[in-house]
Amino acid sequence: MTVDMAMATETQFHVLAVDDCLIDRKLIERLLKTSSYQVTAVDSGSKALEFLGLNGENELRDSKPASVSPDPYHQHIEINMIITDYCMPGMTGYDLLKKIKESKYFKDIPVVIMSSENVPSRINRCLKEGAEEFFLKPVQLSDVNKLRPHLMKGRCKEEEEDQPNNKRKGMEEIVNSPDRTRTRYNDGLEVV
Amino acid sequence: MDRKQLQHQVAYTRRSLFDQGYLDDQFIQLEHLQDEANPNFVEEVVRLFYSDSVRLIQNIEQAMINKPNIDFGKLDDYMHQFKGSSSSIGAKKMMKECSKFREYCCAGNIEGCIKTLQLLKQEHATLRRKLETYFQLVKQAGLA
Repeated sequence: MTVDMAMATETQFHVLAVDDCLIDRKLIERLLKTSSYQVTAVDSGSKALEFLGLNGENELRDSKPASVSPDPYHQHIEINMIITDYCMPGMTGYDLLKKIKESKYFKDIPVVIMSSENVPSRINRCLKEGAEEFFLKPVQLSDVNKLRPHLMKGRCKEEEEDQPNNKRKGMEEIVNSPDRTRTRYNDGLEVV
Repeated sequence: MDRKQLQHQVAYTRRSLFDQGYLDDQFIQLEHLQDEANPNFVEEVVRLFYSDSVRLIQNIEQAMINKPNIDFGKLDDYMHQFKGSSSSIGAKKMMKECSKFREYCCAGNIEGCIKTLQLLKQEHATLRRKLETYFQLVKQAGLA
């Protein structure tokens, strides 16, 4: 594996797909993999919540194995997007969307809803609740191509939050700032 | 038959599946997802559909036995699933029968449902035969 390929794998987006229909799960998985996303597919909203470490009303932080980074922001599974069917037995896609938006850790993860039925009130309800997109089934490659901007936006946000200094500074500013030349003498100052 | 002739036959067979209304654009979408790493994707999806739909048909038939206490809501749910799967593989004629069935469900018309289910099963079997023949031809023509 070349260095470039290794880096590509590291920064691969991870999408959680939720659909009770076996054929549609296979389809969405293939569509997402074609776009080079890592995919986890589950067959229900409750399995999705379980996977995310959101069980019941309290977020059981400790019950989920920590992902690689010990960073307190990343104690849950690393997921960059959730794409879910609307009509599912038990928990609907809308119910799942609400639970995700109520979650401290996952509320900013983009959620996309899929449905075989074109019901404007349903679509509006989901968008109002915070869904980024609503796809009519069968989902096609042209739909999946719309996901990338949402994923990129999410990543930029993540990278911002990862900076110990939360103020937005251009790289040039940091490198050339007078503070940096003084860090040799000042142990307490963190250099970004 | 030589390879060239076989390839012509594949193209002809494929064309007629569309022309005769058995398949729609979604089937082409599936073909686009096939590549060197996934050379049998379309056939895999179709096989999955057929094994899954047999189960669905059984559920539907079970739900229709209990006359006169038919749960039309449940029937409609099953048919909604069936229609969804059919739509995902581009099974055009089957989707039409599914829609008709759902209309009869809404109207609580069990006779209509029974009649339509028979037609649906026929379409289901016909498409299966045609697609199996098609996939066989594709392999023979060395296009797989």
